[in-house]
Amino acid sequence: MAEKLDQIFVLLRDWLVGYLPAAVRPAAGVVLGVIGILCVFPGLFAITTVFERKGLARMQNRLGPNRVGPYGFFQPIADAVKALTKEDVVPFRADTVVHFIAPLVLVVAVFMGFAVLPVGRNMVLVDMDAGLLFFFAMGASTELSIFMAGWSSRNKYSILGAMRAIAQMISYEVPLLLSSITVVMITGSLSLTKIVEAQNQYTGIFPHWYVFTPWGLASFLMFAIAATAETNRSPFDLPEGESELVAGYFTEYSGFKFALFFLAEYLGMLSIAGLGATLFWGGWSAPLSFLNFVPSWIWFFSKDMAAIFVFIWIRGTLPRLRQDQLMNFAWKFLLPFTLLNLVVTALWRFMDGGWLRWVVCTAILAGAYVLMGRSEMRRRRFGPRSYRYAE
Amino acid sequence: MLGEGIVKGMLETAKNFAGSYVSKERLTTVEYPEQRIPTAENARVFPFLVYDGPDWHAGMRCVACQICEKECPPKCIYIEKSKDKKPDYVGKPQIYPARFDIDISVCMSCQICVEVCPFEAIKMNTEFELATDDRFGGLLLDKQQLAHSNEYYHKIHPTEAAEVDGRLAEEKAKVEAKAKAAAEAAAAKAAAAAAAPKPDAPAAGGD
Repeated sequence: MAEKLDQIFVLLRDWLVGYLPAAVRPAAGVVLGVIGILCVFPGLFAITTVFERKGLARMQNRLGPNRVGPYGFFQPIADAVKALTKEDVVPFRADTVVHFIAPLVLVVAVFMGFAVLPVGRNMVLVDMDAGLLFFFAMGASTELSIFMAGWSSRNKYSILGAMRAIAQMISYEVPLLLSSITVVMITGSLSLTKIVEAQNQYTGIFPHWYVFTPWGLASFLMFAIAATAETNRSPFDLPEGESELVAGYFTEYSGFKFALFFLAEYLGMLSIAGLGATLFWGGWSAPLSFLNFVPSWIWFFSKDMAAIFVFIWIRGTLPRLRQDQLMNFAWKFLLPFTLLNLVVTALWRFMDGGWLRWVVCTAILAGAYVLMGRSEMRRRRFGPRSYRYAE
Repeated sequence: MLGEGIVKGMLETAKNFAGSYVSKERLTTVEYPEQRIPTAENARVFPFLVYDGPDWHAGMRCVACQICEKECPPKCIYIEKSKDKKPDYVGKPQIYPARFDIDISVCMSCQICVEVCPFEAIKMNTEFELATDDRFGGLLLDKQQLAHSNEYYHKIHPTEAAEVDGRLAEEKAKVEAKAKAAAEAAAAKAAAAAAAPKPDAPAAGGD
């Protein structure tokens, strides 16, 4: 029974496809998978928007949206109706074609990432050998459409936002990749399904998730920071900083095109959170061995949503960084630390299993963190801000 | 240590997040259309016209002197004088406004009209729910829409209204005293005039 429930979507697909002639079955299976992704993740996006608004409100001791439906949970429907019925304004001097294409390209690129993400046991649309590489390639191609949007709007705020977005995303792509490479070093595979399977083992009741190893924890933390920056989330939301740039690269978008940007941003969050869960938190595997009866896809989506909650939590806590702080952090802290972490991971890989490698790896990473933190704090690079003219 | 502040901040927001579900006192907002906070006494939105007594037209204090119209910086007051006169609060016949409109889409709530009015006829209202779907006609308030009783004025600005009432009563008393004095003087004069011929009369009669 548990097995059936675990595979319910796979069985459903096979059952539906079974009605078709054998020649079109593989293609139909893929189409069904695509439809599944196109339904589930935008649905999660809708839930996320209302959770975000309510969660942020609660962190600020407010109630949040509570008018549409019970506890305001139908708010996304109202928002969608509003976005659809709004006038679509295109600036007079904008590059109309590029301006129109940019949000579409962005949404397509973001959706592509979901293709290789295993959302459950046997539940991956394309089981690619180089899935991780494909994911990052698709993640990087979102930058193109962001710049298209900023450039074609012919607006100073848009172009500034796009410039910032490009600078930030390219800078943070490096630590993002370097921190996920550690997982590849240990697993020996770029395939995301293999990475999950490697973590789907248990010692006693505890799983072999990479986040529970010293290098894995360090990688995960840096991955989380870089992912936050990649998705332009607070505190790295400089490209769309409301106080200085109106809305950044999508200033000149209204109506449904704006909604598409919004959708793409949240889908980006969901996909990178899913990737983080897959790489470090065991993807669809259960957190304790006796919880394996719960369907695998439930674990994946709960991990995904937990990561989203952390995104919201961080947004409710931290103020926006300054551009120089952002760049300093990427190049002077994250990059050296990820490089060091690569060495530590190699050590972990080649030291035989035992308590010694735990001690050595933890000591190196913790020591480096403390030393780097101390020296940088002394130079006031990451420390509390001081304002020369405000005193 | 690096990152300590972030952890501290995260704990703080987590505390707020959980706390807002537990204790109602944490929630600083009120749910507006159902729950309302009484407006502050010195709140002001747009001007209104004060009238005394039960009839808004008869009791209107405004005498259409047009000072407010001239002083209004954005020029949102439109006044037309009447041809006839009606008695004001002391009973003196006065011109009244045949038309008194305020365009609240233009008004900037500066209160200058209130400052310059010598008759305490125009005051600031605290009513703020003035949204309408007719953006031209609906926001041009005529004199009937602007008229509010002195009791209403007392309700929204108690201290100020009491002061104004005191001043008006004083003025009225002064006017009455003056009238009385004038009447007395007139009476005395009349009496004197009546008394003056008296010595003449016997004289006349004596002649």
